Amino acid sequence: MLEHYLSLIVKSIFIENMALAFFLGMCTYLAVSKKVETAFGLGIAVVVVQAITVPVNNLLFQYVLKEGALSWAGLENVDLSFLGLITYIGVIAAMVQILEMALDKFVPSLYNALGIFLPLITVNCAILGGSLFMVERDYNFPESIAYGFGSGIGWALAIVALAGIREKMKYSNVPPGLRGLGITFITVGLMAIAFMLFSGIQL
Amino acid sequence: MKFLRNILDKQEKHFEKGGKLEKLFPLFEATDTLLFTTGSRTKTASHVRDAIDLKRMMMTVVIALVPAVLMALYNTGFQANTGLEQIGLSAAEGWRGSLIEAMGIGFDPKNLLANVIHGALYFLPLYMITLAVGGFWEVVFASVRKHEINEGFLVTSLLFPLILPPDLPFWQAAIGISFGVVIGKEVFGGVGMNILNPALVSRAFLFFAYPAQISGDKVWVAVDGMSKATPLAQFSDASIQLTTTWWDAFIGLVPGSMGETSALACLIGAAVLIISGVGSWRIMLNILIGMVVMTSIFNLIGSDTNAMFQVTPAWHLVIGGFAFGAVFMATDPVSASMVPKGQIYYGLLIGILVVLIRVVNPAFPEGMMLAILFGNVFAPIIDKVFINKNIKRRLARNAG
Repeated sequence: MLEHYLSLIVKSIFIENMALAFFLGMCTYLAVSKKVETAFGLGIAVVVVQAITVPVNNLLFQYVLKEGALSWAGLENVDLSFLGLITYIGVIAAMVQILEMALDKFVPSLYNALGIFLPLITVNCAILGGSLFMVERDYNFPESIAYGFGSGIGWALAIVALAGIREKMKYSNVPPGLRGLGITFITVGLMAIAFMLFSGIQL
Repeated sequence: MKFLRNILDKQEKHFEKGGKLEKLFPLFEATDTLLFTTGSRTKTASHVRDAIDLKRMMMTVVIALVPAVLMALYNTGFQANTGLEQIGLSAAEGWRGSLIEAMGIGFDPKNLLANVIHGALYFLPLYMITLAVGGFWEVVFASVRKHEINEGFLVTSLLFPLILPPDLPFWQAAIGISFGVVIGKEVFGGVGMNILNPALVSRAFLFFAYPAQISGDKVWVAVDGMSKATPLAQFSDASIQLTTTWWDAFIGLVPGSMGETSALACLIGAAVLIISGVGSWRIMLNILIGMVVMTSIFNLIGSDTNAMFQVTPAWHLVIGGFAFGAVFMATDPVSASMVPKGQIYYGLLIGILVVLIRVVNPAFPEGMMLAILFGNVFAPIIDKVFINKNIKRRLARNAG
């Protein structure tokens, strides 16, 4: 059983990497990867948010939104799955808000280091993508914890690697027209080629 | 020597500012520095010039590659001639066949010369195309962006055909090297500024763009329609009987990418690189350690369904592109990790990944190429971790 969760985590980190296999969360991925330290902070924040929101959304899906999920309340034929998107986003926004307040209160140093990135996570499509993949693949609750955690780690790993490369690229002499985002896109594409190493592994 | 120098000096005025061929100065400069050492000298104090500069370094790699190239020539021809003999043909089809017949050399797989000539007719055209097309992009970028053409390209252009199957269509080689040189290197500013190994980028691009011509069983022997699995594929597919001995694979007399088959040639190359100090022995050694450790783990676990679990470290060393990649690709000083401690982890990462991919990933029988690219991607962050550690340690040491 443990093996199953372990393989799910490995799969979500490497094989189905949020950033480099699905290209989700690109806006923050490209914008906040100039320095390794901030990229690392953002990566941690994504891991935390992802590991909380995916299981919470999973509970909501299982017991409120899914067709027939409300049978515990005596409503057998109700299908609320059309409310999915707005519910997940709401949960994510609320979670980020709560996390922000908690960090501000208890770990102010991390709160200051993350700054604007924490609220920005609300609109990070990797987070919403995580919840939607969870629904699509019909994960149960423990699986969704593993998946949320793994996909967050995968995204964090990718952004830290990109930040490392971009710091090294300070010494590169990029053609003027490609400087900034242009070369970053090319770099991400090349990184994705390297990540294709794992594509095709069956776990 | 004097004579050459005179010719170059005479031509120099055309290429200098205001000259007729001013735009082609990088081309002139490349020829000049390839033949002679650079004319520029350090003018002020505090510079120590080492005799070994980037140019000499790259030339050392080219020299280290010579055994692999010779093996590529011989083995490509040997495989083709053996293949011809097996299906009972007395001559190869196409222009290569007619050319060899015109020379009157024949197709005997026991004849050294016949093998080398036949192999050369596969290797050299691919090499020429790589040189011409890659060189074209180098010159274009060097002229427009006004940087020098560097010997680094000599290495890339020699590495690239060595990791290709012999029968690759020429236009694919041209597209591959174009992608590698332009996207893999020149958009980052040229030699020394790229993040991934350009030869591997070219190869990976071809692998994903045209898988039919660069993977499978049909491409490794240069005879039309001849299907022969590489030893690696023979291991991974239980339905194919293993037909090679370890020594054959070690010396390199097996089907495969042209330059990759011979572990022996790679070992000689490794010796040259390590003695001259050009290639990092830390990287090579740790790739080996990572491979042995990971293979031993898989050997211990074992599996009933996957035959790759049982392949021993000695076999992993000689099959596929492991030796070639570990010696020539992973040690590329530009894209590899640079901090000594970082090189240890970089090497281990590649060694572990190669075996992992070979054993558990059914999509690719060979993981060396992508494992090295993956290592390249993480090399900067590995370096950063260890540099930061060094900084912290020194701060702590000097604090009190």
